Amino acid sequence: MTLSTALKTGDLSALPSRRDEDWRWTDLRGLLKVLPPASPQGRAWFWENPLSGTLDMTGGVVNGRGPTDLAVDAGEERFVGWRFMSATDATAHGAELWVDVGEGAKLTLIESYEGRGTGYVSDVAVNIRLGKDAIVERIIFADDDADAISVVTADVALAPGAKFAQTVLTSGARRQRIETRVRHPGAHAEVRLDGAYLLDAQRHADLTSVVTHGGLDGVTSQLTKGMVTDQARGVFQGRIVVEKGADQTDARMGHHALILSDKAEIDAKPELLIFADDVSCAHGNTIGALDDEVLFYAEQRGIPEAEAKAMLTVAFVCEVIERIGHEGARDAAAAWVVRKLGSEA
Amino acid sequence: MLKIQNLHARVEDKPILKGVTLDVPAGEVHAIMGPNGAGKSTLSYVLTGRDGYEVTEGAATLNGEDLLALEPNERAAKGLFLSFQYPLEIPGVPALTFIRTALNAQRRARGEDEIAAPAFLKLAKEKAAALKIDFEMLKRGLNVGFSGGEKKRMEIFQMSMLSPKFLILDETDSGLDIDALKIVSEGVNALRSPERGMLVITHYQRLLDYIKPDKVHVLAAGRIVASGGPELALQLEAEGYDRIVGAAA
Repeated sequence: MTLSTALKTGDLSALPSRRDEDWRWTDLRGLLKVLPPASPQGRAWFWENPLSGTLDMTGGVVNGRGPTDLAVDAGEERFVGWRFMSATDATAHGAELWVDVGEGAKLTLIESYEGRGTGYVSDVAVNIRLGKDAIVERIIFADDDADAISVVTADVALAPGAKFAQTVLTSGARRQRIETRVRHPGAHAEVRLDGAYLLDAQRHADLTSVVTHGGLDGVTSQLTKGMVTDQARGVFQGRIVVEKGADQTDARMGHHALILSDKAEIDAKPELLIFADDVSCAHGNTIGALDDEVLFYAEQRGIPEAEAKAMLTVAFVCEVIERIGHEGARDAAAAWVVRKLGSEA
Repeated sequence: MLKIQNLHARVEDKPILKGVTLDVPAGEVHAIMGPNGAGKSTLSYVLTGRDGYEVTEGAATLNGEDLLALEPNERAAKGLFLSFQYPLEIPGVPALTFIRTALNAQRRARGEDEIAAPAFLKLAKEKAAALKIDFEMLKRGLNVGFSGGEKKRMEIFQMSMLSPKFLILDETDSGLDIDALKIVSEGVNALRSPERGMLVITHYQRLLDYIKPDKVHVLAAGRIVASGGPELALQLEAEGYDRIVGAAA
């Protein structure tokens, strides 16, 4: 049941629907009654990301066409940008990316989803393999069109001692899902899966993750923060599975969201499935509004209500941004949040 | 300066202010004293425009401008500043960012240019030094983890940065020990000027030993029941509220 299969076969019944437990808040079958035509070739455009000048290399994929492989040899260090551009209106395309990071290598990957067209359907499948002691930090900037349907699914496999860290920044789409599935070997490997979603109008973003701990001594830390306003909808589904024998697993998951309007919605499902003994696992999930008293305090000092809300929202999500390891990426992420909220704070 | 005429206000369905009339000319400091539940904090919230405080009758103007028609941030831009009884903590927003955002929003609202970052920092350093505030504290989340005294000092710092025309101090003495009270009062006194008016709201006379008012008013059950010079505060302290409030009723 995937968008990818539906795009390849033209069979709409392959689309995930609300009957699929893991897709019940991100129904695609009910939304896509007719598959749009395949996207034509499109043209790339200038990348506005502030990091673009500092990268070792950039991969450009337009309407599903472009390079598909990224390899970092053992012991090497790379800072790479990978752009998925959707250039045309009301057409559909799919793309793949295979990332192979060798033993002891280090990769910082800036992955961007950029919508220029409107109402497109985009499906991207990412596979990331980390060798022993490899380090990957993946930062996703998702700037899809408000009428687009966009699905990004990543499968990540770590070797012992590897470290994988991810931060998703998204402003959603008509329907958008960014899913990450991690095969965690334990064995002193570490995973950090973070995200921030800022949704307005009728935008929808779904951050889903599954981390499966299969061995002793694994660490997972997850922090997702979000804000929804107008009639937007945020979905967080985080599942951590600790398989039998994966003792001494240390897993923490947090999801915290702000709802700034009566018609906005958050659906959250944190899950810990533990089949091992002697583990340390915890999750926390909070959903609330901005504090009226704090808002009045800021307004009393002269800050207009909308600006005060933006400032307080920036402050709310900055905890996620601060966890980004790469300094340049951290600054770019902070700038992205400020731009999305139209705040100068 | 600040003129309040026959002001009535309620919170939900409960009338709290029942006809407050008050005139604070520029250059004067007026104290409002009163027992708990008299409507002191309500008066400060009504003047600054907090949600949930509904004016049912009367008027309030600052330099002739109708305050009640304005949003809270517009009232601030006109020069009205409320020092909160319990200043709020804002994690993730450094004090300097908060104050610069406020200052620039006020300047924009008045049609003035925004202040440039270097000029802002220079001003902040001067004002912080004058109030003996460690500049590093201004880079941390506003009021986060501060003691009661530090929070009140941060209110005075904000006042001196924003240089409002009219100050309302709501129970500024609450939660302060004598040393903190002295520092805060010195900060307030430094802001006294012929162009600026102040309304000092307090339950106890003690604060008025440090911030000397020109006039003292007694608010009880939503009305000003007595007005006089500084000696009225001393009389209240000696005789208690019951006697004066009772005599007026």
